[in-house]
Amino acid sequence: MEPFSTHTGVGVPLRRSNVDTDQIIPAVYLKRVSRTGFADGLFAAWRADEHFVLNDDVFRAGSVLVAGPDFGTGSSREHAVWALADYGFRVVISSRFADIFRGNAGKAGLLAARCEQSDVEQLWKLLETEPGTEITVDLTAKTVRAKDFTAPFDIDDYTRWRLLEGLDDIGLTLRHAQEIDFFERDRPAWLPVTQPASGA
Amino acid sequence: MARTLAEKVWEAHVVRRGSGDEPDLLYIDLHLVHEVTSPQAFEGLRMAGRPVRRPDLTIATEDHNVPTVDIDKPIADLVSRTQVDTLRRNCAEFGVRLHPMGDAEQGIVHVVGPQLGLTQPGMTVVCGDSHTSTHGAFGALAFGIGTSEVEHVMATQTLPLRPFKTMAITVDGELKPGVTAKDVILAVIAQIGTGGGQGYVLEYRGSAIRALSMEARMTVCNMSIEAGARAGMIAPDETTFAYLKDRPHAPRGENWDTAVEYWRTLATDEGAEFDHEIRIDADDLTPFVTWGTNPGQGLPLHASVPDPAQIADEGERLAAEKALSYMGLAPGTPLRQISVDTVFLGSCTNGRIEDLRAAAEVLKGRKVAGGVRMLVVPGSMRVRAQAESEGLHEVFLDAGAEWRQAGCSMCLGMNPDQLTPGERSASTSNRNFEGRQGKGGRTHLVSPLVAAATAVRGTLASPADLD
Repeated sequence: MEPFSTHTGVGVPLRRSNVDTDQIIPAVYLKRVSRTGFADGLFAAWRADEHFVLNDDVFRAGSVLVAGPDFGTGSSREHAVWALADYGFRVVISSRFADIFRGNAGKAGLLAARCEQSDVEQLWKLLETEPGTEITVDLTAKTVRAKDFTAPFDIDDYTRWRLLEGLDDIGLTLRHAQEIDFFERDRPAWLPVTQPASGA
Repeated sequence: MARTLAEKVWEAHVVRRGSGDEPDLLYIDLHLVHEVTSPQAFEGLRMAGRPVRRPDLTIATEDHNVPTVDIDKPIADLVSRTQVDTLRRNCAEFGVRLHPMGDAEQGIVHVVGPQLGLTQPGMTVVCGDSHTSTHGAFGALAFGIGTSEVEHVMATQTLPLRPFKTMAITVDGELKPGVTAKDVILAVIAQIGTGGGQGYVLEYRGSAIRALSMEARMTVCNMSIEAGARAGMIAPDETTFAYLKDRPHAPRGENWDTAVEYWRTLATDEGAEFDHEIRIDADDLTPFVTWGTNPGQGLPLHASVPDPAQIADEGERLAAEKALSYMGLAPGTPLRQISVDTVFLGSCTNGRIEDLRAAAEVLKGRKVAGGVRMLVVPGSMRVRAQAESEGLHEVFLDAGAEWRQAGCSMCLGMNPDQLTPGERSASTSNRNFEGRQGKGGRTHLVSPLVAAATAVRGTLASPADLD
């Protein structure tokens, strides 16, 4: 995973609450077996509408999405994160993220920055008054900045550290392989198995 | 110290306690796998040269993509076929047990686990699917994960996690006849909202929950995610033990006694504190349906489509306006006057044998209304076989419904079972999102009883409306 420290890019206002992962990428686009190539499916139904924000040339190359509350609800599909990243988004700003989406974002290098709804409203106004405005997201300082406006954002410190360092979770966990061995040795024997353990 | 059910299961699975901001490392007892969220995880293992650590705690089935007709033929959609073939290759390569299309144990992953007896109280269960919350009905801590986490569990049989907060949802009283588990959970979601459960594990309690069968409890826990909660749980009791006894993977003999003794210790202790509590009176509940485009936008069937102008909160008003525009509904329309084109009975929410029995009871001797298509899709091949042994398929076929093979089907429209633009459904599934059942499709979430009555009348209805 690429380390993330700061990012500056065009902000895209998405004035919608409850943007569920079926809207971010509909199920028919989930059939690929790779991690890339999902950009086509991003907001597929909405992009068919010529008035949708990403169909506006000013916002087409946006990389910081500013969305309403309850972003990423519903299905656990990590494809939603891959589609956003594949399109070119590095950051999503919202006042509330669904738990699974926020977790997936952190694993795949997309920053989910939680701002106060009043700050989201400020950003929307700014982006709509001056389309094409860039937003700078500073993960070290935990701030978002656009023109003269600066607001703090929230992210848990562990995810922030992993993003800053570009660390892979599996590698981190395998440092504790011995503790996993110890735990397994003590599991009750009556717990179910799906098949005879190979070599056990 | 007095502890909740969720806290007890969590504590029993901590491999390593995180210090400071670091999450705990939690052991995973059962990993369920399907074709859509696993290919990139297997690929990650292959690239890193890692094995599946515990194939004996892992099981796979084909469900999201599979057609529900002509299953003896190759899948017509080439991209779907590639995904299913990829799962087969991956399971063979990594030694994971797979129930492929046509197999007697194939079905929706959340129907298969419980019916095999693999889901047991006190376990941690994960799957790359948000409806993994279903398994919480057994008093397991069960939640959906993304593909990176699927790979993490495959490689390490653990997950780094921060403890959830706990919320008690107490449903006391007695459900009236015709009011089901689906109505309970739709009412819960309408009350706490689609984001109300975020960060929480929900524990459903109270006399109305205790009175539910295991299958009904699964319906309740299944939709916890629709309230934003990753997991929902119900303390195991005699109903749980009776369901599990003699299932293929349930403990036997002395092991059974040891297990039951442990399972009895899991219930939330007297005096344990929840971070949040809500109460619902079961006596007040009536059949519930959704009118909008998220599962929190629901009302009792006897109500009318709400008027956004009457909604005080600006965000909610805007959301309601967008929902009604998408749904093609006018404010003030009685819900009972909304006519549907399609009725879908199935899914991990309501595709079990009791759901099929309930719907068949309503359809017996009646006909699906002209112009209405009704799809009956059993949650698993075992459910299908059971239904056929009881003659339920004949009831459905006689009524004019279609009797299909097992899978996720129209719940998410990844296979050919989809709504066409503008088409309206009454669906026993779990999500009424825009385009969920097919591009431009309009979904009303309902119970199996309401689904069957709606099929007969052609407009949203409960069985009481048929007399």
